[in-house]
Formats: sequence, structure tokens, C-alpha cells
Amino acid sequence: MQVLYAFLVGPFVQMGQAPVFFAEVVINGLLTGVMYSLVALGFVLIYKASGTFNFAQGVMVLFAALTLVGLMEHGVPVWLALILTVAVMVVLAFAIERLMLRPLINQEQIILFMATIGLTFFLEGFGELLWGSNVKRLDIGVPDRSFEVGGMLLNQFDLFAAAIGAALVAGLAVFFQKTPIGRALRAVADDHQAALSVGIPLKTIWVVVWSVAGIVAMVAGIMWGAKSGVQFSLSLIALKALPVLILGGFTSVPGAIIGGLIIGVGEKVAEVYWGPLVGGAIENWFAYVLALVFLLFRPQGLFGERIIERV
Amino acid sequence: MLYREAGQFKTSYAADQALLPIVQDRWFLAVLLAIAYLVVPFVADEYWLQAVLIPFLVFSMAALGLNLLTGYAGQVSLGTGGFMAVGAYATYKMATTFPDLNILVIFLLAGLIAAAVGLIFGIPSLRIKGFYLAVATLAAQFFLGWMFNKIGWFYNDNPSGTITAPPRLVMDFMVTGPRATAEVRYIVALVLVTVFALAAKNLVRGRIGRAWMAVRDRDIAAEIIGIRPFQTKLLAFAISSFYCGLAGAMSLFLWLGSAETEAWDINVSFQVLFMVIIGGLGSILGSFLGAAFITLVPIFLTNAPQMFGVNMATDLQKHLEVMIFGGLIVYFLIVEPNGFARLWQITKEKLRRWPFPY
Amino acid sequence: MTSARQLGDILLKVEDVSLSFGGVKALEHVSFDVREREIRAIIGPNGAGKSSMLNVINGFYQPQEGTIMYRGRSHRHMRPHEAASEGIARTFQNIALFRGMSTLDNLMTGRNLKMKKNLLWQALYLGPARREEIEHREFVEHIIDFLEIQAIRKTPVGRLPYGLQKRVELGRALAAEPSLLLLDEPMAGMNTEEKEDMCRFVLDVNDEFGTTIILIEHDMGVVMDISDRVVVLDYGRKIADGMPDDVRTNSEVIEAYLGVMH
Repeated sequence: MQVLYAFLVGPFVQMGQAPVFFAEVVINGLLTGVMYSLVALGFVLIYKASGTFNFAQGVMVLFAALTLVGLMEHGVPVWLALILTVAVMVVLAFAIERLMLRPLINQEQIILFMATIGLTFFLEGFGELLWGSNVKRLDIGVPDRSFEVGGMLLNQFDLFAAAIGAALVAGLAVFFQKTPIGRALRAVADDHQAALSVGIPLKTIWVVVWSVAGIVAMVAGIMWGAKSGVQFSLSLIALKALPVLILGGFTSVPGAIIGGLIIGVGEKVAEVYWGPLVGGAIENWFAYVLALVFLLFRPQGLFGERIIERV
Repeated sequence: MLYREAGQFKTSYAADQALLPIVQDRWFLAVLLAIAYLVVPFVADEYWLQAVLIPFLVFSMAALGLNLLTGYAGQVSLGTGGFMAVGAYATYKMATTFPDLNILVIFLLAGLIAAAVGLIFGIPSLRIKGFYLAVATLAAQFFLGWMFNKIGWFYNDNPSGTITAPPRLVMDFMVTGPRATAEVRYIVALVLVTVFALAAKNLVRGRIGRAWMAVRDRDIAAEIIGIRPFQTKLLAFAISSFYCGLAGAMSLFLWLGSAETEAWDINVSFQVLFMVIIGGLGSILGSFLGAAFITLVPIFLTNAPQMFGVNMATDLQKHLEVMIFGGLIVYFLIVEPNGFARLWQITKEKLRRWPFPY
Repeated sequence: MTSARQLGDILLKVEDVSLSFGGVKALEHVSFDVREREIRAIIGPNGAGKSSMLNVINGFYQPQEGTIMYRGRSHRHMRPHEAASEGIARTFQNIALFRGMSTLDNLMTGRNLKMKKNLLWQALYLGPARREEIEHREFVEHIIDFLEIQAIRKTPVGRLPYGLQKRVELGRALAAEPSLLLLDEPMAGMNTEEKEDMCRFVLDVNDEFGTTIILIEHDMGVVMDISDRVVVLDYGRKIADGMPDDVRTNSEVIEAYLGVMH
């Protein structure tokens, strides 16, 4: 009885007793969720355009952040470093298309997935070879100050990050809905061969998509890096993006965003209220179990369509 | 000219269904086994056994297990490390609780426990396919790792959190613990791998293997000829986890000696998945080739600079190693996405026709 | 000539079956029966619900209404493996072979339901498991001879040409020794020679093994030649049912196929 009470009732009592603290926990979770959303967004873009499950998205976050910090350490001003990093990510997209995607065209998903894991190793080694492997501080000039709103402590930097994330998502939405290249990309996502047959250049689309994913990765890398330093663990958020994708569905941009927020909030709340009951550190697996349970009830994800099987 | 099957006629279905229908293949395997059992233990030094051959055998076992699940039954899993941890911790618990029980019996029991755990984590495969399932298996990986770390009972409340293989005898030979020689541990691992590789081969060429492959290739068609996909997948999860659990037990007791949960973390899951894919999905031989590649390449990369007389800073070398390893993986996927096993097959094909290629 | 054949009792009776996906009605109140040793054709324009009908019979789709009476037992709906163990086998419109497996292994999967030896025997591959394997191999070899596919026994089916794949698929269904065989467009996309071969196999199966066959086919010549009775579906409804000659002259059928102006 007591155990049941502790798990099923106790946490909610705590939430009710200290609503301000609860709100803080939720907001904290939402902000972490924005990061997850950004990484998941990169995944979704690439998955939609090339059917590749890009495991390297996480290491691209690290790579972009390392490049930026590395350049800044060599005395390059912030604005120039940003432009150069974007350029590096675009070059990287070209290289990936030419050296990896093109030779592997028409291979099965699992093979492409494995290739991106290979790419993960490569970029990890390459980034650290260029810029060293010690933890680096990234200062982009936004103060990490807290202030109080209605009794809640809010962090200025976090709000800034959330705003950037929202702006990026809005920008991407416009890009995909309104520009010709965005339309072509949606066509490719629907059906590769049909898109090819109406003259959409698949290779260009791939380069564009990988570049955009690279830039999204860079933004995520800056946010995360500015908060907790640029270090190897950045690439591990790729793993966290996976349950996000399950919740949101692999092909849905809004799904990636909402999924990211749900996972962010879910794991924070679980850690704070249920974590102490089982010894803590449940953040590591909670997202996966949440995704798993969710899948059992809704295998197609939040925004996916139900598929009728035909024979 | 030596590799010919002309003149080898099969007069019964039994002969046609033999493990290795071609005489030369049988000889090749026999010689290989003879070397592994009779020559290697006397020739190889401590370093070769401990750093190369024993890990190779451990990972071969894990790769066999994952290949049954992924290569044959088509279910991608990223939980291999977790299931290996189950095997290791189960062996440790049983070996310390029942010191008189034969350690090999404990190995098998631990395999069965891992199979049961695998069965539980296989349940989502009822509704989830492909990558979604792969992510679901991550839940197993992270949850199991966390559990073994947090709950003291699993590591006998040892303050350091490590588990250590206690010394145990099999027929007067010390097979585990600090005083067990590398030669003995190698032989025990080799015996286990030989036996279970044979069992795996037998499974995949019979009814169960065909059911797995049928579900992998076309689950709907399989269902309609009377194969129950869910039961078939669950069986694959159980048997695969048995192998992985056994590999985990071997990794603690015959290789590492003592370890913490990090020894079976997510990286191990990826490593084993690499072995299976680079070696060849749906090939028993491929599991071995992949395990050899993934365990040997890093060792080679570590030693290569010295061999060529180049001196490098260690961290520089470490980064290069990771880079080259990643690059090699992409390269091999491009060259032969079906893995080494396929390359081997093509080579044999060519050999059979040599010197007249047409 | 075929219509004069003596048919057996009713083997399968589809009663008032309706099936819909969301708002789309695939089948509406369809009823018909199939007699033992009969070759029963289902025809109709594209999207008429023919394949859905087969999917209902072997349990892949669950109809919202109606029952399936098979061998005197009434089913609300069957599960696919139930249907299989009751002796219903089928082929598919778009070939659904196990591409990574050889012809022989594909056929052997058809025997899976009849193989009983457990995991341990399988792992050891000794004694009983081996004997069982060989026993079933012998049966499968008969089918290989019957379908004249000896030469491709060990070829992975993914590499075979279309016509042969269709034949292997028929072989896989036959390996299960079915009492009711559902064929979904077995001759689609074949040239005349291949069609003739396939017709011969279908007739031989019916004749030699006494297998009841339900056949979906678009080639009217084939349907008229080999079937005993024909069901015509259009937009999920049954619009005609009877001997080939009667169906051919039915005005509603002609309308459905030719789209007569009103």
C-alpha cells in the first residue's frame, strides 16, 4: 500500500503543494525539450528527403560547435566564425553526398543507417583531431542570468535559446512551404522516383537538405554548448532524439517539435518527482520507456497516418 | 584446381542437406578447428590470447546471437549490450550464491535468464517494426544498464560497484578468476563458441530458421502460410538473447575478470551490430568474419604506427584511429553492402571456375 | 465441357460479408458458395473488391458483417494461421515470395505447419529432426517435379524471372497440401506460353489432387475455359453468379466491363 501511495499519489501531492516549483520544473523541461526538438528536426529533414536515418546528426551538432569554438579561439570574430561554420557545414554536406550517399544509392535503410554511424566515428575523430578534445567554453554574449516572474525563477539564456529555436522552426516552415526548393523537397519526400521523373535534381536536394540539417545542428550546438560547454557528450543527444522521433513520427516536422517538448518535460518531471523513489538517474532511460509504451498504443506516432496493409 | 566439386555426386537428400556438402569445405573447416584447438593454445602468447583471441570469441558469440535476430528474423536490435549485461550479472549472482554449482551449468542458466529478459523486451515487436523497434530496444539497453548500476543486490552491494569473477574449477582446471590461465579460458570459450555456432547453423537450416527468414522477407505471406509472426519473432528474441547472455557471461568470466556496467554499454550494442552487418546479415560465417574485423582493426590501428616506425602523440593517434575506423566502415558498406560473407562466397564461386572464368 | 463435371458438397460458403476501411466500402453484402473440387473464378473490374474477398476468406481482413462457413463450421472471421492449418493456401497478386531464400526453402516453408520437432532436436539436427526434414524434402521434391522447376531448386527466388516466381509461389501454396487454394491473378503479366503452362498446372492440381480452387483472373478467355462457375463483383457488390456462359451474356456484367452509357 505504502509503495503504491509513494508512486501513484505522493508525487502529485508534491506537485499540488508547490505549484510554482512544479511550473519551474516544467519550464526547465520545455527548454531542454527545445534542444531535443532541434536535433530531432535535423533527423526529420534528412529522413524525409533521403530516407536515411542519420545517426550522425548528434555528432554534427558537436562538430559544428567545435568548429565555431575552434575558430573563435583563434581570434576570429563571432559573426565571421558563424559564417565560416555555416560554410564548413555546407562543404560537409557536399562531401557526404558525393562520397557516401551517391555510392550507396538504392541500398537498404539499415545499410545507410550503418554508414551514418561510420560517419559519426569519422566526424568525431576528425573534429577532435582539428580542434582538440578538451571541454571548451562557448561564449556568445548572452548573459546566463536568472530573474523572477510571478515567484518563478527564469533563466534569460534559456528564454533566448527558446526564441532562437522557435525562429528557426518558423524560418524552416516558410522555406519548405513557400520556396521552389522547399516544394521540390516535399516532392522528393513523397516519392523519389516520381520526383526524379519530373526533373527534380535529387542530388541537389540532398546537398541542400544535409546543409540545412548541418545548420540546424550548428544552432543546437551553439545553444547547448553555450550552456554546458562544448564536449563529446554533445554527440550523445542524438540518442535522446530517437525517442522524440518515435513520439513525433519520423517524417513530421511538427511531430519532432512537440515530441521533443514532451520528452523534455516528461523526463524532467519524472526525474524530480519519481526519480528519488527508485534511486535517481532515471532520466537516462525514462524517455525510451515512455516512447516504448507510447508505441504500444500508437505505433504510427503522434502525427503519422495509420497504414492499411494490402496484399 | 583444388576447389572442385566435379565427381562429388549426392545420392540422397540427406547428403544434399549436409552441413558442408562440398568435400573441400569440410577439410578446410577441419583443419581450421584443429589449428584452433591443438596449435593456438601452445603457440599464442598471453597478449594474443587475452587481447585478441578471447575477445574475438566473446564477440563472435554475441554476433551470432544478434545475427539470428537481425540477420535471420529481421528484427534490428540495439539492446545487445543490455542482454550481455544480463548474462554477466546473472552468472555473477549465481556463481557467488551457489559456489558449488558447475560454472558451465551456471553459464547456461544465465543464458536462459537472458533469454527470458529478451522475451520480455521482444514483446513490442508485436506491433512495432523496423527502426521503431530498434529504438524500442534502446529502452532495454538503458534500463538494464541503469538497473544493474542502481540496485546493490546485483553486485552484492560491493562498494566499488564492480563485479568480479570468482575462481571456479572445471575438471581440475581453473577456468575463471585471477589464477585461471589465458590458455584455459581460451579453450573454454572456444568450446562454447564451437558448440553454439553449430547449434545456430542447425537452427537456421531447419524449420525454425525458415520461419525466421519468412517473417523477415514477407511477414504477411508468412502469416498466411501458417507461421505465427509474433511467436516466431519472440522465439528469435529469446534465442538471440540466450547467445548474447552467454557472450556476456563469457566476457566477464573468461575475458575481463572484473567489470562494471559500462563494459556492456550502448557502444557494445553498436559494435556488435557492426560486426553483423559488415560480416554479413543472415550468415553464420559472417558473424565470425565481422567479429574478427571489428576486434582486429582497432588493435591493428593502435599498433600500426609503431610497426611502421612512426611516432605519434597518443591523443592524435586515438583521433586518427576513430576516423579511420569510421571511414573503413563506410568504405566496406559501399564496396560490399552484403558483407564479408558475400565476398567469401564470390571468391569461392571464382575459385570453382578458375582458371576458366566462363 | 467443364460445366458438366460432377461437383461435390459445399466446401466454403461466404454469407452476407461486408468489409469497409474507414468510410470506403470494399465489400457489400457479398454471398456465394464454393463446392468441393470446383474451380471458382472471381472476376470484376479493378477495385471491385476481388482481392479483399480473398483476404477475408483466409483471415487477413476481418469483415464487419457476415460469416464464413468452411467445412461446415461457421466463422465470424478466421485468423490467418487458423485458415492455414484448416488447409487454405493462397498466392498473391503481387508476388509475395521470401526473396532471400532459395526455391527449395520457399517451398519448405509451406511444410512448416506440418513439422513438429522441437527446438532442441532442431539445434542438434540429429535423428528425428533430420528424418523429419528429409521426409518433407521428399514431398517438396514431388512438387518441384510437378511444376518442372528442378533447375532452379537452389536459386534465391529474388533472382528468378517473373513467370518462374509465380510458379514458385504456386509451389509454396501446394506444399501445404491445401484443400482450398486461393489464386490471386496467377497469370497476370504473363505471355501466352506462360499462361498456357499456368493453366495446365491449375487444371492438373484440381484434377490430380482434387484441390478446390478460387481464382481471380482478368483474362476472360482463361476464366471461361477453366472455371466451373464465376462470381462477378463490381464496386464491392456481387452483380452476377453462375456458369461462364451465363455470366458472359449477363447485361449487368457487360455494363460493368464496358461502362455502357445511360
